[in-house]
Amino acid sequence: MTNTGYQQHFETIEARRPPVSESGAWAWIQRGFFDGPVNTLLTLVFLGILVWAIPPIFNWTIWYAIPNADNAACRAAHGLGACWGVVAEKGRLILFGRYPFEEQWRPLVASTVLVALLVVSCLRAFWRPALAVAWVVVYAFFFALMFGGFAGLTPVETARWGGLPLTLLLASVSLVVAFPLAILLALGRQSDLPAIRTLCVVFVEFVRGVPLISVLFMASFILPLFMPQGAKIDVLVRVLIGMTLFTAAYLAEVIRGGLQALPKGQVEAAHSLGMSYWQIQRMIVLPQALRLVVPAIVNTFIGAFKDTSLVTIVSLYDLTGAVQLALGDADWRKFFIEGQLFVAAIYFIACFAMSRYSQWLESHLNTGTRRQ
Amino acid sequence: MSTSSPIIEFSKVNKWYGEFHVLRDIDLSVAKGERIVVCGPSGSGKSTLIRCINRLEVHQAGTLTVDGTELTDDVKSIEAVRRQVGMVFQQFNLFPHLTVLENLTLAPMWVGNVPKAEAEERAMQQLKRVRIAEQAHKYPLQLSGGQQQRVAIARSLCLTPKIMLFDEPTSALDPEMINEVLDVMVELANQGITMICVTHEMGFARSVADRVIFMDQGQIVEQNTATEFFANPKNERTQDFLSKILAH
Repeated sequence: MTNTGYQQHFETIEARRPPVSESGAWAWIQRGFFDGPVNTLLTLVFLGILVWAIPPIFNWTIWYAIPNADNAACRAAHGLGACWGVVAEKGRLILFGRYPFEEQWRPLVASTVLVALLVVSCLRAFWRPALAVAWVVVYAFFFALMFGGFAGLTPVETARWGGLPLTLLLASVSLVVAFPLAILLALGRQSDLPAIRTLCVVFVEFVRGVPLISVLFMASFILPLFMPQGAKIDVLVRVLIGMTLFTAAYLAEVIRGGLQALPKGQVEAAHSLGMSYWQIQRMIVLPQALRLVVPAIVNTFIGAFKDTSLVTIVSLYDLTGAVQLALGDADWRKFFIEGQLFVAAIYFIACFAMSRYSQWLESHLNTGTRRQ
Repeated sequence: MSTSSPIIEFSKVNKWYGEFHVLRDIDLSVAKGERIVVCGPSGSGKSTLIRCINRLEVHQAGTLTVDGTELTDDVKSIEAVRRQVGMVFQQFNLFPHLTVLENLTLAPMWVGNVPKAEAEERAMQQLKRVRIAEQAHKYPLQLSGGQQQRVAIARSLCLTPKIMLFDEPTSALDPEMINEVLDVMVELANQGITMICVTHEMGFARSVADRVIFMDQGQIVEQNTATEFFANPKNERTQDFLSKILAH
């Protein structure tokens, strides 16, 4: 046999472990923070900023801060330390707005139940038709308890609702009701029926094309002009409808993005099995399409949650409105920063929770979509 | 060939994609239990032809009757026909968010109104038939291409269809996985189901097909028994096509 010059000798190579990388705290710091001149410079600049910023922040928020509602001490410390006493003094006004003081257990109970259902709704085990019924029941309970006028509860008109319960109501309605509506709009926009498609496109484009403030103004001032004499819809209800439609329009476009990303073969396979349109949407299309756009859906939700603060322009005192109201008191007006920080913290906690939930949901729903 | 009335009958069927005339005066009748292989160059309309049978594509002229029902815009009758027609796709099209078992039980439970326990039992039988029962609780993307295609075949068999359509079932597979899918198809063919298969696997056509159909430019150019088709192709275009795919 002639020698071809190719390798003829063969031996099986056993799998070996990868080379061990340098470990230990010092190696980690060196790799992460002092890896080359640019990285080192950035680390030093950032350390400088921390050294410069942390002491004054610490002094103002903690060291020189007045924790109790001592107006004289707060005035003395003004400019040096924060007056958290304003939260202690005005906390209930900020949280519950102008709702009658002795009756504030009602918004407290109503909000607690609402938040409890929101948390339950986040868990996949509860995603079943009964959840929709639970929402209807809880909203009925919320409105009944807040309105009163029965069983010895003093009637409280919606104009006096305010603070956190109002924010929660506005946000949850505009999310919970907008979500199914948005799904229908997104499906409608892809419908084979031209009338439905046109209707959905016109609705989405129109609502998306105007600022939320205009929608709220129209809902509270212009709509009543077209109503027949005597017919009167509460301003809160009108604002709720306006915000829901607004959120639904945005959400519909997000969901449509998910629908378009789904391979055509999925629907064809479902068709070939004899499934009907609604079965296909419910069991094949939506579970996959919605999963694809979880981050964008939560992004829209966070935006909608913060947009509820715009209702102050139609004289509804949500959290941000109630804090303005609370700081109308001449004695405490100076400490508006502390009041605003308190409200900002509440918004941040809610938004951060949504953001974390979004990440959990994504990884939780990803079962099966990745090779493992 | 059987003398009873055909289970599928195309009569002067035409279809266009915009201006493109993709199916031209198709006349074809398929007997119950017949096994047909459709071949032809890409763009010849062979996939469109079989996709018309379960109305994934809508023909614009002519009549098409499947299992005694003429295909029209009537949604209910389309869904009824689809229950009798199983389809296997080139890209498998399994539902990635459902387990293998759920992929198989979905249609029987929601379309066939079969109780869950029974649907699962039937599904396991079908999975055994395609020799993949041990993967029932995995998700489709955890399986190899060949395994996924066998699951897809099992899924379409769960509604006990009278007709099976295969649209290039092995074209997306790695070479070493083609045979495991073809083996399952051969077994199926030997059990008497009506089968129409678009494929370029000429070995499969030779061993299984009662009839081979050659399509080009939207027309059926030539059809014959498998032996005759490969031994004595009549039309020049058929000869040309066969010489290209059988060259190596």
